[in-house]
Amino acid sequence: MYKEYIGLTSSKTRNVVERELVRRFAESIGDSHPIYIDEEAGKQSRYGKNIAPPTFPRVLRSGSIEGLKLPLKGLIHGEQIYHYERPLLVGEEVFCYSKIEDYYEKEGSTGKMGFLKMKRYGEDLNGRLIFTEESIIIITETVRRSLNV
Amino acid sequence: MTVLKEINIGESVETTLEPVSRMDLIKYSGSSGDFNPIHTIDEEAKKAGLPGIIAHGMWTMGNLAKLFTPYHEDGFIRDYNIRFSGMVFLNDVLTLKAELVDKTDRLLIFDVKATNQNHKDVVSGNLKFELN
Repeated sequence: MYKEYIGLTSSKTRNVVERELVRRFAESIGDSHPIYIDEEAGKQSRYGKNIAPPTFPRVLRSGSIEGLKLPLKGLIHGEQIYHYERPLLVGEEVFCYSKIEDYYEKEGSTGKMGFLKMKRYGEDLNGRLIFTEESIIIITETVRRSLNV
Repeated sequence: MTVLKEINIGESVETTLEPVSRMDLIKYSGSSGDFNPIHTIDEEAKKAGLPGIIAHGMWTMGNLAKLFTPYHEDGFIRDYNIRFSGMVFLNDVLTLKAELVDKTDRLLIFDVKATNQNHKDVVSGNLKFELN
């Protein structure tokens, strides 16, 4: 049962917000704004550096959660929630980990739907929070049955 | 550049994107590392029961946030919540919209959404922009 997964946490993983990854990411969402990609524009900005787009943390690694088994197919991405204490800066180190925050079920038209809440935390070198990124994943009854959970 | 802090409740910013292309989704797969083939390969999308490839929900969410990029000197996105409510197919034409629904001294609160050419919401949610 997915309920047993609540509280499971991955170990912290070190990332660097790489300039080239940010540039490609910004371009791929049609947002090649100088604040993301132009070094001079970054220097002139209030942050003194380039920043990363708000949905960029998807790219960062947060280590795998031991014991968590998810189907590879059939998952539905229901919701995505970002919280920032400040923008993420290009070139900085960020330490990420993931946690299973919650799991609950609701009756839907096609049977019981499972909702898995996963949250990723991004911290600076001193352990101060920069952002959180929460995904709500919907697992349909058909998918759950195929896994016997 | 307009100043976002001067926006009034009920006013909005809006833009319409070019039709969604396969190359958009190939690029996003590469930049995000999400290589789920239902976003790029027709046969895989059909095997999954879809009429054709669909955009990554996160591609649309990423696009929607760009309404705020020009205002980076005014503040930053503090909270950004999105619900994925509809699928986006090739050649769909998305309109991105952010409407100011509330404001305080420090925060601008927007309803945000992307709608397709049939005026159906494909993603919707809210966004809090913190002013400097």
